[in-house]
Amino acid sequence: MKKEIICTVCPRGCAITVEGGDGKVTSIEGNGCKRGLSFAETEFTSPVRLLTSTVRVAGKENELLPVRTRTPILRDKLFDVMNAIRATTVTLPVKQHDVVISDVCGTGVDVIASRDME
Amino acid sequence: MYTIQCDVAVVGAGPAGLAAAVAAKENGAARVLVIERDNAPGGILQQCIHPGFGLTRFNEELTGPEYYSRFTEKAEALGVEYLLDSMVLDVDADGGKVTCVNGKYGVTNVEAGSVVLAMGCRERTRESIVIPGSRPAGLYTAGSAQRLINRQNIMVGKKVVILGSGDIGMIMARRMTLEGAEVVMVVELMDYLAGLTRNRVQCLDDFGIPLRLGHTITRIEGEKRVTGVYVAPVDETKKPIAEKAEFVPCDTVLFSVGLIPENELTRKASIAIDGKTNGPAVNQYMQTTKPAVFACGNVVHVNDLVDNVSAESEQAGKYAARYAAGKFPAAKGEAVCKPGANVRYICPQKIVLSDEAEKVNLYFRVLSPARDVTLRVRCGDTILAQKKEFRVNPGEMNSIAVNTADVADGEIVVEVM
Ligand SMILES: Cc1cc2nc3c(=O)[nH]c(=O)nc-3n(C[C@H](O)[C@H](O)[C@H](O)COP(=O)(O)OP(=O)(O)OC[C@H]3O[C@@H](n4cnc5c(N)ncnc54)[C@H](O)[C@@H]3O)c2cc1C
Ligand code: SF4
Repeated sequence: MKKEIICTVCPRGCAITVEGGDGKVTSIEGNGCKRGLSFAETEFTSPVRLLTSTVRVAGKENELLPVRTRTPILRDKLFDVMNAIRATTVTLPVKQHDVVISDVCGTGVDVIASRDME
Repeated sequence: MYTIQCDVAVVGAGPAGLAAAVAAKENGAARVLVIERDNAPGGILQQCIHPGFGLTRFNEELTGPEYYSRFTEKAEALGVEYLLDSMVLDVDADGGKVTCVNGKYGVTNVEAGSVVLAMGCRERTRESIVIPGSRPAGLYTAGSAQRLINRQNIMVGKKVVILGSGDIGMIMARRMTLEGAEVVMVVELMDYLAGLTRNRVQCLDDFGIPLRLGHTITRIEGEKRVTGVYVAPVDETKKPIAEKAEFVPCDTVLFSVGLIPENELTRKASIAIDGKTNGPAVNQYMQTTKPAVFACGNVVHVNDLVDNVSAESEQAGKYAARYAAGKFPAAKGEAVCKPGANVRYICPQKIVLSDEAEKVNLYFRVLSPARDVTLRVRCGDTILAQKKEFRVNPGEMNSIAVNTADVADGEIVVEVM
């Protein structure tokens, strides 16, 4: 399998061509620097993304708490984690970086609060 | 009338106002008051729940709320005061007086040694770009949709077309997809992306959302609610090719067609506005044409990165504090910053020369995309600064630093070749 990946590590935005299959990379071409290598490899085998969203707040109809995954999660898990976030309601007060959902969907990553809320 | 006295009054508690207030305190202003119409500080970043803030300033990737909390925490520690739920109606530029209306005190007068304007910007609407058709429900600017979804828990639609490939539009494409809506396409008039490539990858490509470059919406259909739009390619003169228009069913259209600095107060105060930035013309101290009034952030020129906003706002806060204390640098001359080849505008528009030599960042935007270029500042034939850039793009602001000690009376030119 051949895939074109645009490197997002720096603003240069190299178009990197990665070849391989079964989660293995056989060749990488077009990266302007070393950082592009590991980026392209991860992006080819198992891309990860930071997910941000909001959760409902108990007793407050029109307020939402912004949340994020502490670290990036597998891109394939984004919609599963969104469902878990949608099923969650927090009780105030909450402090910034408090855990809102621990080990969300078995990713090993917590969903945490992006801000304080009282 | 209720009257408050302070050294520095700041209008707007977005990232610009917050950074200015903190810097004013750090530079000796005893009483700093931030006046904000919203019920909390943070400005537009309260609804920007996505990551991508702070990469240059803090070297880490923060969400909007995490970014502004770094400043509200500092502001609190330094004793910056807020007047929230207060809409500023008038700035008396010569007298340093700010009039606002507050739910508790009614019409309130703030008397200050200096004033910092940090009102941010608002979005261009469908009206300001003129698209024919009916006026059904389901039309939003991308930012108002962002506010409804991220702060008020109101989902705006199920099947969405977005006009404009700016960052806010792309970020909303991802947000709405994650919330279960179908984003049919993003339509962009120009033949290049308006926002950052990184956002195209992570907001559009990740979810298979098509991007139609060189296209526009020619008509909106629907009686009560939007039922669809006509999308057509454009020719070299950006005129839609009507025969090629296709009907795209949708129930919602988001407009992400640019931002305009919010300058009603500035105009009313007779402060000179730069016709290209639509914001007040400033010098390197972020001082407007009225000496007691400073300005920073999106009210001056539309920024794509909040990190730059914080940097220029600290400059505004610092010099507003010095002005209020009567310790402002004495001017010995000035140089006008003139846009040269492929440069649309420069901020600051003017450099004041004094006995205090300092490094000044000139922020500017190019007119059209280019590769392998040199950014250069010159004063006549003398080159004051230059650097190479792999790529420039109107959507990404550039900057280059000059030392005021090298600048002579007259003008300096910034050019990209
Ligand atoms: C919808 C939207 C989304 C954006 N998304 C991003 C992004 O993803 N990443 C990024 O880096 N940048 C983004 N930006 C740009 C971002 O706005 C700036 O980087 C930054 O927020 C500008 O800060 P500011 O303080 O100048 O303006 P703002 O954050 O807009 O703050 C201005 C403040 O002034 C207040 N105000 C205005 N008029 C008055 C008045 N008369 N009286 C009292 N208070 C007043 C407003 O209520 C507001 O709180 C976005 C901008 C918009 C409009
Ligand atoms: S490969 Fe290197 S130079 Fe190219 S975009 Fe990635 S980080 Fe930048």
